[in-house]
Amino acid sequence: MIESLALNNKSEKTDYNILNLGPTHPATHGVFQNILKMDGEIIHETTSTIGYIHRAFEKIAEHKPFYQITTLTDRLNYCSSPINNMGWHMTVEKLLGVETPKRVDYMRVIIMEFARIADHLVCNSIIGADTGALTGFTYVFQWREKIYDIFEEVCGARLTTNIGRIGGMERDFSPACMKKMHDFLNDFPKYFDEFTMLLERNRIFMERNIGVGPISAERALNYGFTGPNLRAAGVDYDVRVMNPYSSYQDFDFMIPLGTQGDTYDRFVVRQHEIRESLKIIKQALNNIPEGKFFADVPDFFLPPKEEVYNNMEALIFHFKIVMGEATVPVGEVYHSVEGGNGELGFYMVSDGGRTPYRLHFRRPCFISYQAYPEMIKGSMLSDAILTMSSMNVIAGELDA
Amino acid sequence: MVQIDNQYILTELQDKFGERIYNSYEPYGLLTIELDKNSIKEVLQFLYDHKELQMQFLTDVCGIHYPQVFGKELGVVYHVHSLINNVRIRIKCFMPIENPSIDSATFLFSSANWQERETFDFYGINFIGHPNLKRILNADEMDYFPMRKEYPLEDGTRTDKDDSYFGR
Repeated sequence: MIESLALNNKSEKTDYNILNLGPTHPATHGVFQNILKMDGEIIHETTSTIGYIHRAFEKIAEHKPFYQITTLTDRLNYCSSPINNMGWHMTVEKLLGVETPKRVDYMRVIIMEFARIADHLVCNSIIGADTGALTGFTYVFQWREKIYDIFEEVCGARLTTNIGRIGGMERDFSPACMKKMHDFLNDFPKYFDEFTMLLERNRIFMERNIGVGPISAERALNYGFTGPNLRAAGVDYDVRVMNPYSSYQDFDFMIPLGTQGDTYDRFVVRQHEIRESLKIIKQALNNIPEGKFFADVPDFFLPPKEEVYNNMEALIFHFKIVMGEATVPVGEVYHSVEGGNGELGFYMVSDGGRTPYRLHFRRPCFISYQAYPEMIKGSMLSDAILTMSSMNVIAGELDA
Repeated sequence: MVQIDNQYILTELQDKFGERIYNSYEPYGLLTIELDKNSIKEVLQFLYDHKELQMQFLTDVCGIHYPQVFGKELGVVYHVHSLINNVRIRIKCFMPIENPSIDSATFLFSSANWQERETFDFYGINFIGHPNLKRILNADEMDYFPMRKEYPLEDGTRTDKDDSYFGR
């Protein structure tokens, strides 16, 4: 009490405590270190250290053929790997000038929106867990598992999916996969409503989150925020709408917006985005056109195995693709997709060789996390934890 | 209301900066200019303040290394976006590899802070006026800039792997 009075009097204080939060603190959900200069329980200054899981993806990418880079993108934001995979495929397709069939676009949209739901579910339920409401976390995590079951049905993997190929999808949706998707769409909303009732209008949860870690729209833009974090501050920038890719212009959906840019707004924006994603998936499943599930790019899209064994051309293409000997045009391309946390961009310079000459990932987490010290300045330590989980900082995307 | 397209942006920039824009092209529809590195601050400010363009969102900053281009070995690539008009521009500034330096964009964009630190970390480009230019992803003790092309992906002294069959 005496200390807080002293703070109000604006008297010069000299004895700060230094608190080392991380790198392996259980409350930070990832490998982040923050050295906090504390005045009692009030944060005065923060120094962030990142790079604990830096894996030199950009250097590795300069030495890998295009199809092998997909596995690197998995490990950026590992909560929604399919979005990263698709973003990379689309970047290469843009470089090659490949036009994908509508069916591919719709399949991709379905997969990407499922990934977005999984990503937002993790983030929002973690906010609940960090405020002490662990129930919501256990409620929705089984639905994340069910989304992973769908991914497993499509590509065989769950977390780091390596889903799809340059030019299309590796296989069409199987009947089992379609059934899982429809089951999810039928059953999930009920449980999600329950989750919503548990937290969204819960007085305790609201009191705990409103006004925590706010950022104004101007500062958010200046800090390069994108995605839900920017939209919570009230700026309606969504890559899916502004620069539609993969036929997003065909779907009817809203961009949820917040006003305060605080933890509660970020939570609510993500809640509503989950509902919008469900809408998009429904539209895509209802209107999915018949046709091929891959584009005509024999240099990049692996031929079916039966043909590889029985057909000379298919064998040659298979060999060329696996060895990474396909030729690409010289050029440079920037392509961005709306990832779970914002604009995930790929800037690629190609010199016509088997690997990119330079590949840079624009990672939304890396760019928005630098606002963290400013956002938590003057707040309590426990608010800092909440702010971090509501920004959905993923260590893999931070460090690349 | 003027039609905001690549041609308009280029004309505006050329009217203002003339000879300092060395080159311009449009790979995949994205206007790209090569700029005198000493003008980067002015150009970013001009694009930011321009009444029609309002290019106020710095999407991306990254480095690039062309070891064989003498005198312009290292480059910094900026992607600037106008959220109002939905147009992007890519600005490239090249500099020699001896004492590479360029003005920092942090005076205008807070988001440039870490991105420039990352570029410094990997390419060794000094950003003049940066508030805290030190390594960000690599260890502080590192004494080289690993994304430069002369550094191989793996330790070149390894003998237990023969990659020659794989074109590496």
